[in-house]
Amino acid sequence: MSTPTTHTENFEAAAAGASTDVAAFEERHKGLVGRFHEVLHSTPAIVPLIVLVAATLIFGLVLGHKFFSPFALTLILQQVQIVGVLAAAQTLIILTAGIDLSVGALAVLCSVIMGQFTFRYGLPPHLAVVCGLAIGTAIGGINGWLVSRVKLPPFIVTLGMWQIVLAANYLYSANETIRSQDIEQQAPFLQYLGNTVKFGGATLTFGVLLMLILVLVLAYALRSTAWGRHVYAVGDDPEAAELAGVNVHNTLMSVYMLVGFICGLAGWVMIGRYGSVSPSATTGVIGNIQSITAVVIGGISLFGGRGSILGAFFGALIVGVFELGLRMAGANPQWTFLLIGALIIGAVAVDQWIRKVSA
Amino acid sequence: MEPILKARGLVKRFGRVTALNRCDFDLYPGEILAVIGDNGAGKSVMIKSLSGAVQPDEGEVWLDGKPTRFASPIEARGAGIETVYQTLAMSPALSIADNMFMGREIRQPGVMGKWLRRLDKQAMEKFSREKLSELGLMTIQNINQAVETLSGGQRQGIAVARAAAFGSKVIILDEPTAALGVKEGRRVLELILDVRSRGIPIILISHNMPHVFEVADRIHVHRLGQRLCVINPKDYTMSDAVAFMTGAKEPPEAAIAA
Repeated sequence: MSTPTTHTENFEAAAAGASTDVAAFEERHKGLVGRFHEVLHSTPAIVPLIVLVAATLIFGLVLGHKFFSPFALTLILQQVQIVGVLAAAQTLIILTAGIDLSVGALAVLCSVIMGQFTFRYGLPPHLAVVCGLAIGTAIGGINGWLVSRVKLPPFIVTLGMWQIVLAANYLYSANETIRSQDIEQQAPFLQYLGNTVKFGGATLTFGVLLMLILVLVLAYALRSTAWGRHVYAVGDDPEAAELAGVNVHNTLMSVYMLVGFICGLAGWVMIGRYGSVSPSATTGVIGNIQSITAVVIGGISLFGGRGSILGAFFGALIVGVFELGLRMAGANPQWTFLLIGALIIGAVAVDQWIRKVSA
Repeated sequence: MEPILKARGLVKRFGRVTALNRCDFDLYPGEILAVIGDNGAGKSVMIKSLSGAVQPDEGEVWLDGKPTRFASPIEARGAGIETVYQTLAMSPALSIADNMFMGREIRQPGVMGKWLRRLDKQAMEKFSREKLSELGLMTIQNINQAVETLSGGQRQGIAVARAAAFGSKVIILDEPTAALGVKEGRRVLELILDVRSRGIPIILISHNMPHVFEVADRIHVHRLGQRLCVINPKDYTMSDAVAFMTGAKEPPEAAIAA
């Protein structure tokens, strides 16, 4: 080994005349399934979109004009607006390989804060809304700090925060509901997101518009900004992201604080939707599961780093279509839950199939 | 001549395991310094202490004669130290271009970039493709391919291309040719020489003795968490180096002082 001989030395030189073209292969004829698989692999949000369109068409064919009208279709948007906003928040957390069980409770607490700050302390409603959003952001920040700095699992942090926030919400509000008429007379700004815009038979509330804008803005941020790329990288492999030059702590903090802020927005949407401020709104208890359901049906991986926010939005709409369609068809509401359960399992199965690069 | 990167008395313990035991290190401007040593000798931990990925318990590091303490790899990178880790530090689901520019993305010019912070994906893709072609990685068909769809060697090639493209002061390569094919391994060596000719010093950790003896100006022999000796590849043979690093032979007095 000490004296390398020439015949072992020179084999690398043979690579000098190597081809300098970028590799290209003849496209294998993949057939319809293969090409479909390829499209799905590059744009995973297409699966929930197909399910959404198919479900809408089927209900439309069965129920006719009752379902397939601008009124009914926009009613679905109104019914999913709260879950849609929460699902946008949940998507961000799940992309970082976390999970947030406190989103629904936090939304309720923020709505209670907006109401009580106005009616108990006499704050102008604009300021009360700002306070609600700020407190939502702060609680999100606490979640983020516990996850990023104290290194607790997100499931544990938000399981605890869910109970804390829900209990604080009952204690602070003394379980009192602020009636819709009182808000309408004294602080109509709190119900601002309940205002409607009408095009023909279609009715959109400001809350629905806020949900649509929020989803589009987040889709842009995740796709086309450095912050978005960092969110995916952190969810994919936090250690690799750190070594590659991503500030993992700041990314996680920004995500959790943004999610707290979005939960505050969801609280405001709730006041617009229900008119009243109620600490015992069901969103506090099932909002988390509803948002996770939308995210999973939307094809976002619970292991983080994969999926798109549009998918989660379609997921929320699919649930809305099933709920309204089955109710209009006069089916037992349990059928809705049964079908959604099947959809969750189906969505994950499809996700596994898409993942296989070589199909 | 003053070393560009110098460390004295580095100690790092993980619980009861001592990884670095009062380790010294010197890298001079414009040189290729190879670091060799047995598995578990502490080469990677020493490198990570220099690149900010690990904070040593004791000891000091100087960059350009100034005492430095990197709290994170981002700080070291800001100071111009670029590292290829053994684990490669890639995000599997993201594209090649995304990975190349992770943490230093290019934004579009004008309003779109400034106010909407929109990334200039085309510029990043073009740059990535150029750098991969320089390295001879012609088997990558699509620059927007997710990194998980690449072979181990291709991933390593991208990590090396990333470091070479952005390193301005020191480039650290931890086993850069381990998973590469013959042609790509040769290109990495050429690239290392090319980087040196631009005046940037390189730290090369490798088990491949022919490669080490071919390109290195000096060889740092690491043993039991310490610098055992520094030898000139022209004065010693590969079997000498292996004998030193495995403890089969005592290193010469002169080399210990170096």
